[in-house]
Amino acid sequence: MHRFLRAYPTESKLLAVLLILCAGLSIASPDFLTLVNFTSLLNNNAVNVIWAVGLLVVLIAGGIDISFAVAASVVQYLCVYALVAIGGGNWAIGFLFAGGFGLALGLINAFLIHQFRIISIVVTISTFNAFFGLLMFFSSGRFLYNLPSWWSNRVILWEYQTANGTWAELILPVLVMAICMAATWILIRRTTTGRQLYAFGDNPEGARRAGIPIGLMQAIAFGWCGMMAGIGGLMQAHITKEVIPNALVGRELEVLAAVVLGGARLGGGRGSVLGCFLGVLLVAITQNGLNLLGVSPYAFKMVVGIIILLAISTSNLDPAKWFAKGGKV
Amino acid sequence: MPADAPPVDALRFSGIAKIFGGVKALDDVSFTVGAGEVHCLAGENGCGKSTLIKIVTGVYQPEPGARMQIFGQDYAQISPTQARKAGIAVIWQDLALFAEMTVAENIAFETMLGNRPRGVSYSRLRTAAASALARLDVDLDLDARLGDLPIAQRQIVAIARALVSDARLIFMDEPTASLTQSETDALLSVVRTLSARGVAVVFVSHRLAEVLEISSRVTVLRDGKLVGVYPTEGMTQSRLTELMTGSSFAQDVMARDPTGSDVLRVDDLSRAGEYEGVSFTLRGGEVLGLTGLIGAGRTELCHTLFGMTPADRGRISLNGRELNLSSNRDAVAEGIAYVSEDRLALGLIQPQSISDNTVLAVLRRITGGVGLLSGQKQEATVAHWMAELAVKIGKPADAVSTLSGGNQQRVVLAKWLATQPKVLLLDCPTVGVDVGARAGIFRIVRQLAEKGLAILLVSDEVPEVYMNADRVLHMAGGRIVAEWDPRRTGLSEMEAAVYA
Amino acid sequence: MTDLYRRISTAFGPEVPGLLGFLALVLVVFGVFAPNFLTGANFGSIAFQLPELGLLTLAMLMPIISGGFNLAVIYTANMAGLTLAFVLNQYGGVDAGLWPFVIGVVLAIGVGALSGAVMGAVIAYVGAHPILVSLAMMIFLRGLGEFLTKGGDISGFPPWMATLGHGTLLGIPVPLILFLICAVLWHILLTHTRHGFSVRMIGSNIRAAAYSGVHTKRTLILIYTLSGVMCAIAGILMLSRFNSVRVGHGEALLLVTVLACFLGGVDPFGGFGRVLPVVIALIVLQVLSSGLNLLGANQHLSTAVWGLFLVGVMVLRWGAARINERRRKGS
Repeated sequence: MHRFLRAYPTESKLLAVLLILCAGLSIASPDFLTLVNFTSLLNNNAVNVIWAVGLLVVLIAGGIDISFAVAASVVQYLCVYALVAIGGGNWAIGFLFAGGFGLALGLINAFLIHQFRIISIVVTISTFNAFFGLLMFFSSGRFLYNLPSWWSNRVILWEYQTANGTWAELILPVLVMAICMAATWILIRRTTTGRQLYAFGDNPEGARRAGIPIGLMQAIAFGWCGMMAGIGGLMQAHITKEVIPNALVGRELEVLAAVVLGGARLGGGRGSVLGCFLGVLLVAITQNGLNLLGVSPYAFKMVVGIIILLAISTSNLDPAKWFAKGGKV
Repeated sequence: MPADAPPVDALRFSGIAKIFGGVKALDDVSFTVGAGEVHCLAGENGCGKSTLIKIVTGVYQPEPGARMQIFGQDYAQISPTQARKAGIAVIWQDLALFAEMTVAENIAFETMLGNRPRGVSYSRLRTAAASALARLDVDLDLDARLGDLPIAQRQIVAIARALVSDARLIFMDEPTASLTQSETDALLSVVRTLSARGVAVVFVSHRLAEVLEISSRVTVLRDGKLVGVYPTEGMTQSRLTELMTGSSFAQDVMARDPTGSDVLRVDDLSRAGEYEGVSFTLRGGEVLGLTGLIGAGRTELCHTLFGMTPADRGRISLNGRELNLSSNRDAVAEGIAYVSEDRLALGLIQPQSISDNTVLAVLRRITGGVGLLSGQKQEATVAHWMAELAVKIGKPADAVSTLSGGNQQRVVLAKWLATQPKVLLLDCPTVGVDVGARAGIFRIVRQLAEKGLAILLVSDEVPEVYMNADRVLHMAGGRIVAEWDPRRTGLSEMEAAVYA
Repeated sequence: MTDLYRRISTAFGPEVPGLLGFLALVLVVFGVFAPNFLTGANFGSIAFQLPELGLLTLAMLMPIISGGFNLAVIYTANMAGLTLAFVLNQYGGVDAGLWPFVIGVVLAIGVGALSGAVMGAVIAYVGAHPILVSLAMMIFLRGLGEFLTKGGDISGFPPWMATLGHGTLLGIPVPLILFLICAVLWHILLTHTRHGFSVRMIGSNIRAAAYSGVHTKRTLILIYTLSGVMCAIAGILMLSRFNSVRVGHGEALLLVTVLACFLGGVDPFGGFGRVLPVVIALIVLQVLSSGLNLLGANQHLSTAVWGLFLVGVMVLRWGAARINERRRKGS
């Protein structure tokens, strides 16, 4: 416990805030602490968590990716056309396509960043515009409903009828979320490559002197983020049963806020999978609680904004660190 | 291989040159280190030592024409990975550690390298780190976040990191700069053990006594050129200094009795964890030296005198009036100027122009009638100070980073002199300034003192304060522990006390 | 030719000749291929479209030069517009006179300044990253705006306000005049005042600036306050151009403002950036968009071309830097 507190200070604080929030809400609203509410929270936020762990890897490596949500839309379109072209496919092929297309889009970012030494925010703002513009141009803004049936039929992993007759259920995206979280955790905590990513984000010059391959680091970080974007896109379409070209624009900033709330740092070297999950959950539970308390839905975002602002203001970030260019230790 | 064949040299480098933006940092240098030898690389700051180390370890590529051999094997080009595989490890002067990682991960970072992903075993990592620390005979918390450690402990982490790998050649770039005597002794005994086991060590340190004690040969560089390779047997500190600087220190100490009245008076100044009970007076026209090890509290004291951190206790008075500084803007307004020890990160805004850096602290004075900055006034100010301090520049609009260390330091001085200060705090003003230019800086310092400025000269190079100050204060563990008059106390006595 | 190049770049900055070259190229290409491109009507429509994006870009420019970001520009503009709309609606809506308008404008600018000042204070005193702080402010303002408007439009303004959005003065569109005044003010602010000087120094190295006695905290607060004021002006213009206010209006322009700054040679690491090249970059973007429009492509293709254009320019700059490096080594 002591070791956890020390190794994950932000996550511990976040967890404490979440527990207090949950305790408060379960007293204030009888509908909060129910199986139905919790499963629906998980179902509704699985995609955000998948994107969050992807973005986490980029942030750890010291970069930023603005383009991933738009990339997810692009992947959705490519998948629909590719799957129709091969006659429908199945889940395995779907994951392969979504992950593969996402990876490819992420690698475009990595290539531009590494080859031409352009800072990642410039590159991903460019590719954000390029991906979105091209998608809207070629799709003419049309929705796609012709998803293969395996894709659009709701896959329920587990269900349970509660005493008052409502159903609690967990759907496929929750399982995928768990797998993505586990995979990302293994990558960044349990492999040498992951530790190199941390080192590279922490002190790029030190990493370079140690002989860490910089290009490979960028490729892994942005490739992973792209892959998660693609898989998240696949799951999002599974939930909505349709593909809308401009449905995901804007989500990138919300996910970014959640990830940073969870302890990742712009500038690199810090962040955890648990933090991502808690960050997404904090935003989700706040909205959920406000909803249950009968607050106008229009006020949700306002409160979320205040919470993030408060979270930033109370964390003891070191200004010298992100303003310093050299990043010397 | 016949038994009597000489062992293969660890390094045989020759024809090494490196050019940065038209400036020759290294010019046709050769460097040879025998197997198991403790070899010293000596030279003043900016002589090319660090560049040479970066070339040997593959961080920089030399200009064409270099011949490079590591343990008998020829290399056309070296990458950091190849250097590591060949058995070279480095303790970098700037440490190159990872602030967000734990002590254990930093020490055993070597085990996490390689392009092919492998599993990380945290228990193996901790074992490796613990054994490296045991060899150094120190005890550090393996789970502490590196960024939370003080600089001396980070230095130990950096040393331990080099011991983890099975290196056959270890470069140590100023490894003792922030260590206490007992920590330094432990390090030196590790170096001897390593050498006895056949590991070659290249030692870089400006503590010459240390260098002569530990190494068998010394390679001396000056201004990017090789001066020569000498056995340390029979070498003296003064002879080595002469070789490094290219001039014999026949110069007399500059100390004399100042005539001005008390300008800055510090009484019982204390700040928890930084310095304790510091009192001294500084007179107009006086150059007061302040020396001590890194971490002795010198820079922290300067920060308080410059209004950047408040003292917990004690008084600072200027010309008999007590100061209440709430920021360094107050200090500047009172006539206190501070030349930071870290010119690259804090002294100058490197990417910006020479002109803008010069007027940065006097923007109000170059403001014209309608409240807009006057280009003419800026030009005039810059021209005046560039001439006054004889700064060699191309165009005032060039980035200040294009200047040499010595000229950059003159720009820093110009920036502060433009504020017309009464007290000048100089914190290690010759870091990264080459030998010839140092004399120039000290000439300026002396001229300023003669004009009545009160100057506090802080330096970790004892000879500098010995030669240039009127009085020398010795700071250790946050306290002023001695005061010397260079005309009465010799250099070796001062050095013995400081490095004790 | 090289002499002209050198003279332009010393007078206006090294980015200007390249951008002017791009502009000329774009004009020639579209002039040849797109009918009605080189017409007064087309340039007139460009002149009416440019100021909205232009003002928002100016609002983004100062934070970027200081090494930060202001992701809240769009919603700050929306909130300012909303403030003005509320005041006008309170005082008669369509029949509102000049005084409510003046009061509304003052309050709108106050709202913009306040949201900027809060961001600046958090950035300065907490030391949090500007991207985060402005992101949180953006989410907050969007929520506040949606809460106040329930997601709908607010309209019903006095008809004479259309002059501000659609009128001309001496044949020049009023929005363009407004934009040019703001651009000139911004230029003077950035190049000829102590504040502008400090902005650039902070952008390159905030700690070194603080060591030299720059009041970095006050400067940071002022940067975001001024950025908020510029957002408010953009919001007022948007109100009069669309004759309505909706929270989320102009949302798609957020990242385009960043793109325009980078295209205009503003250093993504901070410390360097001028108004003039950014204005030229804005013209290039707008001309590209209108040319593509005349060729039958929609706004979305323009967005894509803008993105690719920025990548192209960054790659060219990389190439130029490499050639320079090699040339310097050779000599």
